[in-house]
Order: sequence, then C-alpha cells, then structure tokens
Amino acid sequence: MPTLLDKIWKSHLVRPGDGRPDLLYVDRHLVHEVTTPQAFAALAREGRKVRRPDLTFAVCDHVLSTENRDRPLADPVAEEQLKALEANTAAHRITYFGQDDPRQGVIHVTMPELGLILPGQVVIAGDSHTATHGALGALAFGVGTSEVEHVLATQTLPQDRPRSLGLSVEGELPAGCGAKDLILYVIGRLGTAGGTGCAIEYLGPAVRGLSLEGRLSVCNMSIECGAKAGLIAPDEVTYAWLRGRPYAPSGADWRQALEFWKSLPSDPGARYDRQESVDISGLEPQVTWGTNPGQVAPVSASAPDPAALSDPAQAKEAAQALEFMDLKPGQALSQAPIDYVFIGSCTNGRLEDLAAAAAVLRGRRVAPGVTALVVPGSMQVKAQAEAAGLDRVFIEAGCQWRLPGCSMCLAMNPDVLPAGARCASTSNRNFKHRQGQGGRTHLCSPATAAASAIKGRLSDPREYL
Amino acid sequence: MQKFTTFTGIVVPLDMAHVDTDQIVPKQFLKRVQREGFGQVLFHHHRFDQAGQVVDTFVLNHPRYAKASILLARENFGSGSSREHAPWALMDYGFKVLIAPSFADIFKNNCFQIGLLSIELAGELVDEWFKRVASQSGYRITVDLAGQTLTGSDGFACFFAVDPHRKHCLLNGLDDIGLTLEHEDRIAAYERAHAAPWQAGAPEARS
Ligand code: SF4
Repeated sequence: MPTLLDKIWKSHLVRPGDGRPDLLYVDRHLVHEVTTPQAFAALAREGRKVRRPDLTFAVCDHVLSTENRDRPLADPVAEEQLKALEANTAAHRITYFGQDDPRQGVIHVTMPELGLILPGQVVIAGDSHTATHGALGALAFGVGTSEVEHVLATQTLPQDRPRSLGLSVEGELPAGCGAKDLILYVIGRLGTAGGTGCAIEYLGPAVRGLSLEGRLSVCNMSIECGAKAGLIAPDEVTYAWLRGRPYAPSGADWRQALEFWKSLPSDPGARYDRQESVDISGLEPQVTWGTNPGQVAPVSASAPDPAALSDPAQAKEAAQALEFMDLKPGQALSQAPIDYVFIGSCTNGRLEDLAAAAAVLRGRRVAPGVTALVVPGSMQVKAQAEAAGLDRVFIEAGCQWRLPGCSMCLAMNPDVLPAGARCASTSNRNFKHRQGQGGRTHLCSPATAAASAIKGRLSDPREYL
Repeated sequence: MQKFTTFTGIVVPLDMAHVDTDQIVPKQFLKRVQREGFGQVLFHHHRFDQAGQVVDTFVLNHPRYAKASILLARENFGSGSSREHAPWALMDYGFKVLIAPSFADIFKNNCFQIGLLSIELAGELVDEWFKRVASQSGYRITVDLAGQTLTGSDGFACFFAVDPHRKHCLLNGLDDIGLTLEHEDRIAAYERAHAAPWQAGAPEARS
C-alpha cells in the first residue's frame, strides 16, 4: 500500500542505493541568484556542462529592490551576484525570468504559477522553502550549493529516502483563520525539529478544503518544523488550478498527464513511517511571540512566563526570546505596538493573500507611525491584483505598493527592518535579525497583519470581517 | 572533497539549542559569489555587537577557545535556511568536526558535501562532553573516523555512528558528482524511458 511519497520516489529511481543513497532523477531544477554562483563556478572549474538546461529554470528575487528596477543595484556586491546569474543562465541556455520579465517573481510563487511544477515530479532548488511545491503533489525539497552543482551536472541527486509522516489535520478551519494560521499552529504543536528526517504528507478534510494557494502556504513552512518536504496529494483543486497555465500540458498531453496524476495519491490504508494528528477546531488567528516559528500562540493570548515552563532548556530559550522581542512574561500580545507590517513573501505573496489583507484594509487606514509594505509575490500577482483594484485599496489605506521580490522577508535588499522595530510579517521566519539587525518579527497571516496595521498593535482580524 | 581520517583539535562548547543558519551566517553576507572568506562573518551577530565591537562573553571570542577546531553544540544545529554558506563559514573559520545531539537535515547534507564531519551523539553523551570540556582549558578530542571513536584529552572515549557510505566517501575523499557520473548510462536510459512530452519543460533550451 504505497504512499504518495513511495510512488514518486520509486518512479524517480535512476539507481537503487545498494548501501549508498538512492540516485534520484530531478524533473525541475529551480535556480535563484543567492545559492548558485559558486555552483556554476565549480562546474566551470571541472569543465562540466549543465546536463538538462531544458529542465532548469532561473529567476532573480532575493537581492532586487522592490521600489525600482534600476541597474546597477545600489549594493555592488548584490549587483555582482545578479550579473553572475544573468551570465550563467545565458552561457548555459537556461530559461531565465529576469528582473523585467513579466514572469519574474519570488521563486516559489512564480514557478508554480507558470505551470512549471506538476504532480508526481521531483523538484529541487538551492532554497529550503522549495517544500512549497509539494502543494501540487510533487516531491520538492531544498538543497545546498554543492547539491545544486550535482543536479546541474547530472540532473540527479544521491539522496536517502526521507521517512513519511502522515499528518492529519482534523476539524474545520474556523472563519477568520487561513492556511497560515493552520500551519503556524502545526509548527507550534510539532516543534521546530518535530519533522526532522521526514517528508510530511498533509491529510484530512481541512487540508482538502484549502485552495491551491492555501496549500502552497502550508507546504511552504514544512521546513519550519524541520521537515525537508511537505506534500499534498493532487485532486480536482490541483487539476483545476493547473489547467491552462503556460507550461502546463494541454490537449492530448493533458489527458495523458491527468490519468497519471490520478494514480498518485496514497493508496487507502497506506502505511506511513509515522503518523500524527492535530485538531484545528476552535483555532484562533496565530502569531509568533518568540524567535523561532514554534514559539506561537493565539493573538488573543499572552506571552508565556518562562518561570512556569517545566523544561529548563525551554524556559531558557523562552526567556531569551522574550528579551530579544522586548516582551514581558505574561504580557498580552495584543498590547505589543508595531512599527512595520510586511505583507508578501513566498508564504503569503499570492493573490488570495493580498485579497485577504485588502478585505480587512478596505476603507480603513493604517495607524499613524506604522510603515506597511505590500509586496506582490510575482509580476503576475501584481497585474492581477491591480486588475482587481487591490493596489488602490492598499494605497488608499496608506500602504506602500511595491514591485515583486523577497523584500523584507530576509533583508538582503534595501527593504530592511530597522533595529528595535517590531514587525507583523506574513513571511516564514522570525529568527533574530532575519528581517534586519535588531528587528523583531511576529509571524502571522495576511489578515492579521492587515488588522495589526490598522490598530498599530498585534490584532485579531475577525473584528473587521 | 578532502580526505578525512583522524583529527585532533581543541573543542569549543556552544551551549545553545536550535542554532539556525541565519545565526551561523547572517543573510547580509550571502551576496558574495565566492566560497571562501565566510569565516570572518561566522556567528557575526554573536561575535560582534551593533557597533562592530567584539563581544567578549561569546564563547568563540574567549581566548581559551581561540584555536578551537571542533564545535560541540546542542540539538537541531543548523536549522532553517539551506544556505551552504553556513558550513563554508564553519570550515573557513577552522572547524573540521561538529558534534551535537542532532543536526537539521539539509545542513547535515551540506556539511558532508564539503567534508565537514558532523557527528550525532546521544544527548547524555553530549552533556558529558560539555562537562569535560568545561573542566579543563585546552581540552582536545581526537576523532578517528575509521574506528568511529572520539577520545578526549583526559582519556574519556566513546563510539559514534556514521552512515557507511558517507564514511567511505570521507575516508577516501571521493567526489560525489564523479561517483554519479560513473552511472551516466543509467541516467541516459532513465531519460529515454521517461520522455513524456507533457514533462518537457523548455525543449527549446536543449542543445
Ligand atoms: S520570500 Fe523569503 S523565504 Fe521565500 S524565497 Fe524569498 S527570502 Fe526565501
């Protein structure tokens, strides 16, 4: 009784391990500017070629400014990195969605949107949030630069099979909560290392009930519980979403593909290496209070009191996190005044996310003193949002409407959270200094970020819905 | 990859769990296109304050551990971003061996790729090493990969587990890509057998 993971794994075995890791074929290799220059340089040094440029797709996203597309970039080191990607993709005939291409966007937003990722594929990128693409029923995971080089040279990767973790999400997602609240809650329950060594398959009616965009947000944060990959079996939602996308199959190819895709879901009674369940009935909008994504609570809750935690290691971590976050033990999270709001990233930079934020912000104003950035995940999202008038809603509310890029998710570009500033952010990592040195991050959903922008402190979006 | 057989070095204890790769190499340093030189920015926000002054209290800045080449750490070391810059920085700084109760998956793979040995031990054993390292200045551990043993300068010793394939590659300094390319024919055969047109990608990019 094979699982989805078993089926994908088996169909991609170039060579079974026999005491070594299995050699796995890679259908899609996604490339961005940050983790690849050293791989291309090593390839050149060894006199090796890119084996399958036709299966390799590149985009720039991390270092771009979201205010303009001027070149050279203000930071000469970033400019050199961007130039390296342009030169490497040209030299190896790799399809490249450059800064002015209408297909440009954050790697994990634009690639699926183009129909490049299909159910049953193995997808690799030098980026830990590659797990995002598992939402389409693909096995997608992040690797380091040496493994990027490996895939460039061979289109394969020696890899040990992860353990399968069947995670059923029970209950129904309450109104006012979205995919982001669901996954934050899951991370809080499993812990940031709870999925180590595993590929999580998300199961259950709450997951089935999510839109494809919501599923992308869920799988995106699989790495935040330590899992290398997250998968959701393809279904009618998947097929409907894929149909008609530029790189998706059409005509007779579509029918053939569909037949294959329908064979992918885990068989009834399939055995997972591990099985867990969480119940989301009664879920409230979630927000992180600490400096890792597992330090999460309902927005109506208070920061924990480390003294009340029984595990001394956890108590120490919590105390350090609260100190960095400038929160007092037991302080209500909704009292925390915020300075910045960031709506965007590969977790929540899709049209549905922007629509959820706009629904809260429509006809309202961002609180004085709050800087709110809305950064569409791709050029296509931007165009669609503008066609729907969402840009006007944001601008009239006092937000900045930006160009696509990673922006303040990680501050490798001009969008940097200042030291000491507190940010309600729809991104995926609240590590210390991630958004800018000394910056404080509260992860939350787009609706919660929008409500927080209006109130000027962390807020429950449900009062605006 | 460089061969790894045996190694003896001073141990520095980093008593922090869940050290993510953003801490090991902050993102503002990821723009460089070279592999070398990341040692300077290793643990940047821990080693230096916002004014760029050395933080004396951070363990790596302690003179006692100035020449350390073995890092003793806590659980889930290397979590978060997949950046290989993190192992590059550790290696460039002078580390050859990492010891912890657990490492994040991608980080562990990345270490292996560059010949940085990551050793997982039971939590109680790691506790024991922390105690021993604290008890004596200049405490060293000798790592014998072939025998899979760690021996401290006070004679305390233990075994460690290692994946046999990884051990073989490290002992012999084997190049992973070279190993895969030995199976070129199998890769080509796979490609011929799996050429569904709807999987094609960008056929115009094929040379
Ligand atoms: S948006 Fe953030 S998490 Fe996503 S790819 Fe960009 S930097 Fe990484």
